[in-house]
Amino acid sequence: MPLGISPARRAFLRDALAMAPAAAAAGTGMLGATLAKTVSAAGAPAYRPAYFSSAEWTTLNALVDRLIPADQLGPGALEAGVPEFIDLQMNLPYGYGALWYMHAPFVKGASLLMGYQLEFSPRTMYRSALAGFEQAVQALHKQPFNLLDEAAKDALIADLEHGTLRIGDVPPVDFFTQLLQNTHEGYFCDPKHGGNKNMAAWRMINFPGARGDYTDWVEQYGKHYPLGPVSIG
Amino acid sequence: MAEIRMKPVDAVIIGFGWTGAIMAKELTEAGLHVVALERGAYRDTYPDGAYPGSLDELTYLQRWKLFQKMSKTSVTFRHSASDTALPYRQIGAFKPGEGVGGAGLHWAGQHWRVHPEELKMKSHYQEKYGRNFIPESMTLQDFGITYEELEPHFDFVEKMMGTSGQAYCVKGQVVAGGIGNPFEANRSDNYPLPPQKTPYPAYLFEVAARECGLHPFQEPSANVSQPYTNQYGCQMGPCNFCGFCSGYACYNYSKASPNVNILPALKQVANFELRCDCNVLRIDLDRTKKQATGVTYVDANGNTVMQPAALVIASTFAYNNARLFLLSGIGKPYDPKTGKGAVGKNVAYQTMSSVRLFYGPGKNLNTFIGAGGNGVALDDFNADNFDHGPLGFVGGGPVWCNPTGIKPISGIPVPTGTPGWGKGWKSAIKDNYINTASFEVHGSNMVYADNYLDLDPTYTDSFGQPLLRFTFDFKDNDIRMVRYITERMQQVARAMNPKSIQTSVMQIGDHLDLRPYQTTHWAGGVAMGADRDTSVVNRYLQSWDVHNVFAVGSGVFPVGIGYNPTGLATALAYWSAKAIREQYLKDPRPLVDA
Repeated sequence: MPLGISPARRAFLRDALAMAPAAAAAGTGMLGATLAKTVSAAGAPAYRPAYFSSAEWTTLNALVDRLIPADQLGPGALEAGVPEFIDLQMNLPYGYGALWYMHAPFVKGASLLMGYQLEFSPRTMYRSALAGFEQAVQALHKQPFNLLDEAAKDALIADLEHGTLRIGDVPPVDFFTQLLQNTHEGYFCDPKHGGNKNMAAWRMINFPGARGDYTDWVEQYGKHYPLGPVSIG
Repeated sequence: MAEIRMKPVDAVIIGFGWTGAIMAKELTEAGLHVVALERGAYRDTYPDGAYPGSLDELTYLQRWKLFQKMSKTSVTFRHSASDTALPYRQIGAFKPGEGVGGAGLHWAGQHWRVHPEELKMKSHYQEKYGRNFIPESMTLQDFGITYEELEPHFDFVEKMMGTSGQAYCVKGQVVAGGIGNPFEANRSDNYPLPPQKTPYPAYLFEVAARECGLHPFQEPSANVSQPYTNQYGCQMGPCNFCGFCSGYACYNYSKASPNVNILPALKQVANFELRCDCNVLRIDLDRTKKQATGVTYVDANGNTVMQPAALVIASTFAYNNARLFLLSGIGKPYDPKTGKGAVGKNVAYQTMSSVRLFYGPGKNLNTFIGAGGNGVALDDFNADNFDHGPLGFVGGGPVWCNPTGIKPISGIPVPTGTPGWGKGWKSAIKDNYINTASFEVHGSNMVYADNYLDLDPTYTDSFGQPLLRFTFDFKDNDIRMVRYITERMQQVARAMNPKSIQTSVMQIGDHLDLRPYQTTHWAGGVAMGADRDTSVVNRYLQSWDVHNVFAVGSGVFPVGIGYNPTGLATALAYWSAKAIREQYLKDPRPLVDA
């Protein structure tokens, strides 16, 4: 039995996850104290995605929950607000691909060394890939991704990572790269962007955020920096 | 035909980064009426560097707020002429800039000179190692200028930037007990400010390097160590090591930039005008094609404008000058099949490697502390500071531990074998973020007959002009060079006593990978030189073909060098400006007989 969650708690979470986006934030991979905190937080007004559909939102939450799970070391992606961050990004110029050179022609099958060559913007990539991914999961497991156990979920993510699971029009490696990048962004960004809630991720790694002045610390070799992080907001 | 025709000016400057700003200052001092055109937006310490909003990794280093708008323009790449070039669609291996200040606003601030023999790579290697040492496909050339001629300008730039460092040898005398870089060339004066403090990772590197018999020194940094006012009356504040350096405008006036170090003085003079959001399409030539009449550009409102000028300065970023010359019909385009022509020839990058040292919890290296130009370097493997004879490759590079401030989204180094995601990754970043040091080899990159620039046949920018096409790949010589240096540096890594060492270095046969960030140090394309058949501009950076056009920036390097290019590019800009002021303006003509 992994992670020390009792079967009763696990069953509760699985049912809660199936019911509403707010409950999806609880995830299935968390331990005791963190779990309790999140379940009670689920009672607060849930974030309503502006871009992702309900089904996409469920898949997205379940994916990032495995990319950065909650544990005793620090927050998971869900607790940090990563899905919320990604949703907000989809309605910015970045989401529309405005930061990339998107002139035609687009060449399929280009060497990976040449970098990104697809016609998808982040918005259209997520739209295609999340649905394509769920279809592939359904074909393999006869269940949606969020209802699978952790080992099955992780195996499917590894398939994306290694390009061994076809998910429709988006090459799986490109989707995995995009998703992992946005997950890191949402986990570690300044909280003003909607992620890294309460700067918990910064606190975990001992990154002081926007402190901006270490003049007195440069030559204090080997000394633990005791001040917590500050954010821009 | 342009829709709008402006009144003639004395000089128009294309691109307002370091070299454009230097030219603007020099030419306005000479009394010229100067218009500078910058394709990007106006930028300045306020608001672009304002605290605390500027300390935002997502906005500046992931959404690239101060960098080139890739949706409007980019470049294309192919590894060889038998491939079809594809666009560089996302910022990855290198980060092109734009806007007032250009890359000079958000650079790191490592500020170097050059090793004298790099200015004459071809003749030096032939004399020392024999005519057969240089491979036939390696198209080395000399700059056509000596270090002694440039020295006063290196000195001036260091004082203009407030570069903080310690000289080794001033006027032939070793100073400060010889704690400087024993490989550096002789200098006329010390740096204007003492070196910055040394953070813990760089201290460990320094001790280990010295133990191994190498010659580490505090590297010269354009992030000032003390309050400073330069020759132009521009003021700087001492660097706080905030760690938000490369990619950002400095909030504290500590990092030298055109915006901090030159623009405030330029704003005081009536004969200078800066027009932003103005994209130059081409330099216009008269019917003879031997004289420029001015430039044509698209302004912020989308109007096509013709700006007549007596003198044109091409100061676009690095490789973009080659594109500008090709689009304008200046000089003979390089033909890789015949080897004739020089515009687009000899493009150089850098050959990088890195070594990471993991200490695990408790070391407290505090890697969030940093400044872009800060750290400890060694030149034992740079230029021709070591005997190449038995090694069989050309080139070298400095090695440095350069703590610039590691920020979490950009990638926290983790030991080999760490999963890329999940519980194992999370545990590793917690254990390693503040407990990891690293050092880099900034290897030179030689020039080759089949690495070159031209215009892409398929892809265009948002103005309909062809993108610049790179035909470029890494060659065996440079991979062998960087592997040699990286191997020699393993002893230093071991002497730093980490729990584990992780080395990233190319293998023979590896190709340029455009995805991971390497460096933005491109050079070449409009080579300077003494021979008009193999260069585009003469020793004063004047076009051989169109005498009222001068090109500045790293695009004029005929070969790549070991150090970062900004120091040499800016010194060359002052050198060229001096020739314009003292020789050209009173009698506009070709300054060098072919």
